[in-house]
Amino acid sequence: METTDGDGYLLQAEDIVKRFGDFTANGSVTLSLRAGEIHALLGENGAGKSTLVKILYGALQPTAGRLRWRGETITVPDPGAARQLGIAMVFQHFSLFDALTVVENIALAVPGPFDLRSLAERVERISAEYGLPLEPTALVADLPVGVRQRIEVVRCLLQEPRLLIMDEPTAVLTPQEAQQLFVTLKRLAEEGRAVLYISHRLEEVRELCHRATILRQGRVVAEVDPGSETAASLARLMVGADVHSVNAETPGPAGPATLTIAGLSLAAVKPFGVSLRDISLEVRSGEVTAVAGVAGNGQAELFEALSGERLAPTPQSIVIAGQPCGTRDITERRRLGAAFVPEERLGHSAVPGFRLSENVLLTRHASGDDLVNTGFINGSRTRALAARVAKRFDVRFSRRDQEAGALSGGNLQKFVVGRELDRNPRVLVINQPTWGVDAGAAALIRQALVDRARDGAAVLVISQDLDEIFQIADRIAVISRGALSDTFPADAIDRERVGMLMAGALETDGTPQQDVWA
Amino acid sequence: MSALEAVLLTIITASTPLLLAAVGELVTERSGVLNLGVEGMMIMGAVTGFAAAYTTGSAAVGVMAAIGTGIAMALLFAFLTQTLAANQMATGLALTLFGIGLSGLVGKPFTGLPGVKLGAVHVPGLSGLPLVGPVLFGQDLLVYASVAITVFVAWMFSRTRLGLVIRAVGTNHHSAHALGYDVAAVRYGCIAFGGACAGLAGGYLSLVYTPQWIENMTAGRGWIALALVVFATWSPNRVAVGAYLFGAVWIMGLYAQGIGVTIPPQFLASLPYLVTIGALLAISGNRILTKVNTPACIGQTFVPDR
Repeated sequence: METTDGDGYLLQAEDIVKRFGDFTANGSVTLSLRAGEIHALLGENGAGKSTLVKILYGALQPTAGRLRWRGETITVPDPGAARQLGIAMVFQHFSLFDALTVVENIALAVPGPFDLRSLAERVERISAEYGLPLEPTALVADLPVGVRQRIEVVRCLLQEPRLLIMDEPTAVLTPQEAQQLFVTLKRLAEEGRAVLYISHRLEEVRELCHRATILRQGRVVAEVDPGSETAASLARLMVGADVHSVNAETPGPAGPATLTIAGLSLAAVKPFGVSLRDISLEVRSGEVTAVAGVAGNGQAELFEALSGERLAPTPQSIVIAGQPCGTRDITERRRLGAAFVPEERLGHSAVPGFRLSENVLLTRHASGDDLVNTGFINGSRTRALAARVAKRFDVRFSRRDQEAGALSGGNLQKFVVGRELDRNPRVLVINQPTWGVDAGAAALIRQALVDRARDGAAVLVISQDLDEIFQIADRIAVISRGALSDTFPADAIDRERVGMLMAGALETDGTPQQDVWA
Repeated sequence: MSALEAVLLTIITASTPLLLAAVGELVTERSGVLNLGVEGMMIMGAVTGFAAAYTTGSAAVGVMAAIGTGIAMALLFAFLTQTLAANQMATGLALTLFGIGLSGLVGKPFTGLPGVKLGAVHVPGLSGLPLVGPVLFGQDLLVYASVAITVFVAWMFSRTRLGLVIRAVGTNHHSAHALGYDVAAVRYGCIAFGGACAGLAGGYLSLVYTPQWIENMTAGRGWIALALVVFATWSPNRVAVGAYLFGAVWIMGLYAQGIGVTIPPQFLASLPYLVTIGALLAISGNRILTKVNTPACIGQTFVPDR
């Protein structure tokens, strides 16, 4: 075990400053990593975590400050140089090649003679040794997200790294897959490697990490032992204030099903898409119903079918407020009082180069607000509507009626959610409502969703964040490989069972599977 | 020489420039770069190949000049699109217009002069065989070269690290960069290879196909090569099938006219396009698989963050 003094550090980042134009992403950050420790890097979105690790990995160059590797001052001009030193990174959005096989993906990162067959054997050996099973000849595009994560980790392990950087590795894993990853990480630390671990999930940081450095607005605000903190105290350090909890008191009796999906099947049209298989679901007025699932299991396809971006085969497969809607387009569904918020903020919910008032028009042109008169846009009405949404949902911007692309992620998300809630929809379908949104904005959005449901709307939330689901949902269904489980009352199912349903390890009614898994 | 042998020989000579240009462009596109300048690089290869061969009296020197010109044109494209991050479509179109114009200027003094023809190789004993002899063993060197290049490219993509890296760069340049690969360097190399092949294809026209310089003598073959790559879904084997099919239908149309078949010539002229597109669509019919093979980053500019 190496000591803490002076040269005992594996990597030291000293007074790192990174500016993008006027914006300071990192203002004098100092971080030290020891061999054999799992070190957490915590902070809200925009706190500068990603910028810092990109500098460590050579993907960005610091404006000022220096890096020391085992005591010696170094520069890391590009990711290749970082890998030479023994720094490997697992990216938040995986750096895998969908059109290549598992072993080809790994071969791209492993030096030495090019022999896919012997590399495949090495992959199988290492992956079995660390409990991360992989099929080397599978095409990455065909694999679920949890397996893709394994490829990234195994690829890093084959490089024999001294420092492994992991950016939000559990965001797309089921609870069980996350536990499996923790075992691997603990073993790596015992082997004397260092792990720099970025996560939003404070409970897992407390369980896993030896030390934690907390960033706020580009600066280090604390370095703590996470084991002796609580999740609430860590959150307070990250945000700088107490985070409001969501009030989702049990409602009165639920109303009738206002959104019904019956036996919906849709074949995949995109190369790496998922086919929907016989999906049935009732969303009742007055309740928040959540669809849990690991990303890439058909959520995007389900959302497109509900919103009308893809039409269903029969009108009866989707019923909104008593009207068969399966073959009606998005505007007709909106006219029935339905509203939709997709996952992708920029480019799907909002046009980045359009002003907020113009973005308001895109979903509200036919919702009875008289924004358009014989083809002409009523500018004062759209601006007034945008201002009303911004005021009610605390959207902060630097100029009046800014372009959507200039807003931060959390502010834009508040705006696009607010744009739909502002018309008091009877049915609201929202995909990943708080993905990549800071804690304050997330709490506001979740409360708004619950409040809308309590006012009598049927709210369907598609989310991969189990914390969020258990916070706001009255009923929970789980989507896995394009099939939806039965719907369970939120107080009648626990995380573990949801996790197993997410992994497809249970029948859709929640009972153990009939046939034995290999 | 029988009539059938003559037809087969003409088909091969008509198909070879298409195959050369298309295989080169295939490598370029697999690395994620769309170079619309194939026609321009071809025509420049044709004129410099002819000029060098005429001046020195050596067809071999002509071939070298054609390749060198293709590479030079391609490096100009690479500098603009990779180093200066210019738009690939606009730069490629400009390269074609530039090549057509410049070739007319350079070629002016050579118009109508007798050319130097690159001779056929005769494999002793074998080239005398009936039918297969002249077709398989009596071709010029460039025909064999075009087949060798196609086989090499197919082998490179399926069996070598270099091929894997090129595919990776074309599929996801962000990931390739994150893994430490120099995206621009890989693309420079692939663009240069594409230029060499296009230049050689042009040289083939002015040194073998019709050994003289005629303005605009590529007559849109560069565009056909570009289309072949897409319809062959970036597979070297299918590109070869497409190039030969196109050549075959084209030549047979000419022969049909020659022997007095009364089909409107406009229809005959469009037939190679219809047949090739139809056939390639049939053999690469799986839409999902086609999208998997498509280099996802094609035409996109990549500038790494600093």
